[in-house]
Amino acid sequence: MEEAFVFITLTANATVRVATPLILCAMAGLFSERSGIIDISLEGKMLGGAFIAASVSYSTDSAWLGLMAAILFSMMLAMLHGFACITHNGNQVVSGVALNMLMSGLTVVMGIAWFSRGGQTPGVSPDGRFLPINLPFAEALSDVPIIGTLYSGFLSGHNALVYLAFLAVPATWWVVYRTRFGLRLRAVGENPHAVDTAGISVAWLRYRGLLICGGLTGVAGTYLSIAQNASFVREMSAGQGYIALAAMIFGKWRPVPAMLACLMFGLLDAVAIRLQGVVVPGIGEVPVQLIQALPYVLTVVLLAGFIGKSVAPKAIGVPYVKER
Amino acid sequence: MTSSTDDTGVQPGGNNSLPAAIELQGISKAFGLVQANKDVSIKVEAGTIHGIVGENGAGKSTLMSILYGFYEADAGTIQIDGKHVQIKNSNDAIASGIGMVHQHFMLVDTFTVLENVMMGAESGALLRDSVIAARAELERLEKEYGLHVDPDALASELPVGQLQRVEILKALYRGARILILDEPTGVLTPQEAEQLFRILGALKDQGVTIVLITHKLREIMDVTDNVEVMRHGKMVAHRVTSETNKEELAELMVGRKIRADIQKEDANPGATALVVEGLTVRDSYGIAKVDNVSFQVKTGEIVGIAGVSGNGQSELLEALSGITALDEGRISYGDRDVTPTAPVNPEEVRKLGVAHVPEDRQKLGMVTDFSAWESAILGYHRDDAFQKGLFLDPATVKAHCASLMDRFDVRPPTPEIKSANFSGGNQQKLILAREIDRNPKVLLVGQPTRGVDIGAIEFIHRQLVDLRDKGGAVLLISVELEEVMTLADRILVMFEGRIVAEVAGDKADEKTLGLMMANAMTEPEMSDEQTDGASA
Repeated sequence: MEEAFVFITLTANATVRVATPLILCAMAGLFSERSGIIDISLEGKMLGGAFIAASVSYSTDSAWLGLMAAILFSMMLAMLHGFACITHNGNQVVSGVALNMLMSGLTVVMGIAWFSRGGQTPGVSPDGRFLPINLPFAEALSDVPIIGTLYSGFLSGHNALVYLAFLAVPATWWVVYRTRFGLRLRAVGENPHAVDTAGISVAWLRYRGLLICGGLTGVAGTYLSIAQNASFVREMSAGQGYIALAAMIFGKWRPVPAMLACLMFGLLDAVAIRLQGVVVPGIGEVPVQLIQALPYVLTVVLLAGFIGKSVAPKAIGVPYVKER
Repeated sequence: MTSSTDDTGVQPGGNNSLPAAIELQGISKAFGLVQANKDVSIKVEAGTIHGIVGENGAGKSTLMSILYGFYEADAGTIQIDGKHVQIKNSNDAIASGIGMVHQHFMLVDTFTVLENVMMGAESGALLRDSVIAARAELERLEKEYGLHVDPDALASELPVGQLQRVEILKALYRGARILILDEPTGVLTPQEAEQLFRILGALKDQGVTIVLITHKLREIMDVTDNVEVMRHGKMVAHRVTSETNKEELAELMVGRKIRADIQKEDANPGATALVVEGLTVRDSYGIAKVDNVSFQVKTGEIVGIAGVSGNGQSELLEALSGITALDEGRISYGDRDVTPTAPVNPEEVRKLGVAHVPEDRQKLGMVTDFSAWESAILGYHRDDAFQKGLFLDPATVKAHCASLMDRFDVRPPTPEIKSANFSGGNQQKLILAREIDRNPKVLLVGQPTRGVDIGAIEFIHRQLVDLRDKGGAVLLISVELEEVMTLADRILVMFEGRIVAEVAGDKADEKTLGLMMANAMTEPEMSDEQTDGASA
C-alpha cells in the first residue's frame, strides 16, 4: 500500500516536472491567441529565453537575474512577432515559423561566440539555478503516513518556477474572465471591429496580449535551462512549445482545461520513462522510440478530432485592417 | 430643381430653441483619386429623425464615418450641440454623445448581451462593478424606451432584430444623444423593421436625435422629419419629408427620372424547365440548411424565392448551380437528373443551358483582379470561339466583351479596365450580360441588385423580364421583398431551409409575405391583432 503510494507520488512529481514548461507556454499561447494572433513561435521564444537565462545566470550567478533577462528577451521576440503581424499585417504563421528558425540557429551561434562550447552554455552554479524549495514543516511531516507523503513528497520540494506555473493558471483565468482587460482581449480575438468601434485600440490590445505571452514563454525557457537543467543545450525545447500549443487547443483556449491537457502530456511522458525496459508479456520489450513518440502520436490523434470540434477565436489569424 | 440645395432655416419637429444637434460644414474627404465627400454641409435639428438617402457610393457612409471618427475629414468643421469639436477617433465621437448602429453589427458572438453592452465602457479595471452597473442601466433603459433584451442571452443565439436592439442599447449605454443608423433594415423582416421604427419613435420622444441612412425611400417617407439627398459625394438637396414624395427623392438621387415600376405582361408558362424534389443540403455540422425543398420552374416564368437572409437561400442556389453537392433529393434540368449518387459540377450545369448569376458577385461572379474582358468570359472560357490554338484569343474576347458592354450599358465600356474598378451596378451588368447573352434555358439569379444603384436596378429588372418573355425560366432569389414582388410570377417563401408558403406574384402583399418570412403565419388570413406579437 505504502509502496504503491510512493510510486504514485513519484509519477506525479515527474508529471509536474514535465508539465511545468507546457503549462507556462499554454498560458502564454492563450493570451496571444485569445487576442487573435496565432502563436506558433512559443517554441522559439522559449528556446531563446532558455539560452538567455542560462547565459545571464552563468555570468552573474543569479537565477533571478537570469529569469528577468529571459522574460525581457522573450518579450522582445514577441514584439518582433507583433511588429510583423499587428503593425504590418503579416502572415502570423510565417512570422512564427521564422522566429522559431531564427532562435534555433541564433542560440547556437551566440552560444559558440560567447562560450565556445559547441552551442552549449557552461554549467551554472547552484546560486544561478532555481533549486527545490522545501515548504515549511516538510521535514517534520515527512514521517506522517499519507498526508506526510503528500505534503513532503509531492507538494513540497519543487523549485519556485513550478509553483509559479501552477499559480499562472488561476491568474490567467482571473485576468481573462474577471478583468476589463480580459473582456477586451476576448472581444478582440472574436471581433476586432467591435473593439475598434467601441473606441479601443485593437493594435495596443494585441500587443499587450503578446507581451504577456512573451513574458510567460521567458519563464518557461528559464525553467528548462536553469531549473530543470543546469545549462543550455542546443534545441533543448525539443518541440515542447508545439505540444503546449496543442494542449491549449485541446483545452479550447481555456486556462483550466489547457492545464489539464498539459498534465496529461506530462503524465504520458512520466509513464513513458517508467515503461522503458519493461517487458510486456507476449510482445517483449517495448521499444524506447515508440514510447518516446507517444505524446506526439497522441497529439495527432487527439487533434484529428478525438476531442470534438474546438472552436478557435473567430478573428484568429486575420490581420485587422480598417475597411474603407 | 433637381440639384439645388435649399437653405431652410426652420424645420418641423425640431426644438428651435436648441442649437442644431449636428452641424457639418464644408466636409471634404478623398481616398486617393476618389472624392468621396465634396464640400458637404448638413444641419440636423435636435430631437428629429433626419434621413440621408443616396445611391451606393454617393458618400453617405463616408460622411457618417467621419462623424463617428473612423476617418478624418480633409477639410470642414463639425459642430455638435453648437460647439466645435475635433473627432479624431471613435472615442471622441462617443464622448460627444454620438452613437452608431453599423450595418454589420459590431457584436461579439460569444459574449452575452450584457458583456457586449459594457465592453469598452466598463466602470473599472475589474468586471464585477461593471456588471452591476450595466445590469442596472439596462433595466433603466428598458423602462425608459421599452427596449427589452435578455441581458444574459448569448449574442449568437439572438435573432437579428434583437441584435440590432443590443447595438442601440450599446450606444445609449455610452450616453449617446445622437444615434446614427446605417441601413438598419437591410436584414430585418418588415415586422422587425416596424418594431425598430417604433423604438426610434420612442427615442425621438425622449429627445434623442436620429440620423437614418438608407436607400429605401419608403422608410424615409414613413419615419423621418427631414431628408437630405446625396449624389456623387455632394449634398444635392434638402427636403422637409412631409413636403416631398418618393418620386422626387428618387429623381434627386439619380439625377434623372426613374420609372418606379417596370411594365410587364402576364407570364405565359410553358414546359417545366427545372424540377427540384426533396432537396436537402447539410452543412459540415450536419444541420440541414436546405430541408426537403420541392418546386418547379417553367419556361416563360419568373419564380421568386423570398426570405430573410440566411434561411437557406444561398445554399439552395449553390446546390442548383452545382457548386455544392446535395445530400438528398433530386434536381432535374430537363434531361439530366442530379442526385447524391449522380452529382454534377458547375461546368456541366452551364453546358445544360443553366446560367447562374451568383449572390456575391465579387467572390463568385468575377475575379476582381482580372480585366473586364477576362471576367466577361469566366465559366465560358473553354468555348471554341475564344480559342486560338492552345491559347485564348484576347482580340476576340475583347471584342466580345465590348459588344456585351455596349448592349448591357456597362460603363465605362472599356474591356481593359480591372473588374474591381467598376461600380457595383456595372459589375453586375457585366455578369448578367455574360450569363444572359447565351439565352439560357434556366437562369438562376441571386440578389441581382444588392448594392446596385437605382438606375441600374431598373435596367437589370428589365433584362430579367425580357429573358422570361423570350421563354427563359428564371429563378430569382432575393432578400429585397419589393424586388421579388415586382418581378416574380410566383413567390416561394423560405424559412429555416424549408419552403413554407407559395403565393401568386400578383396576389402577394408585403405584410403577409413578411409574416410568412418569419414563419409566423398560422392561417392564411391573419387579423391585425395577431400580427403585432407574431414577429418577435
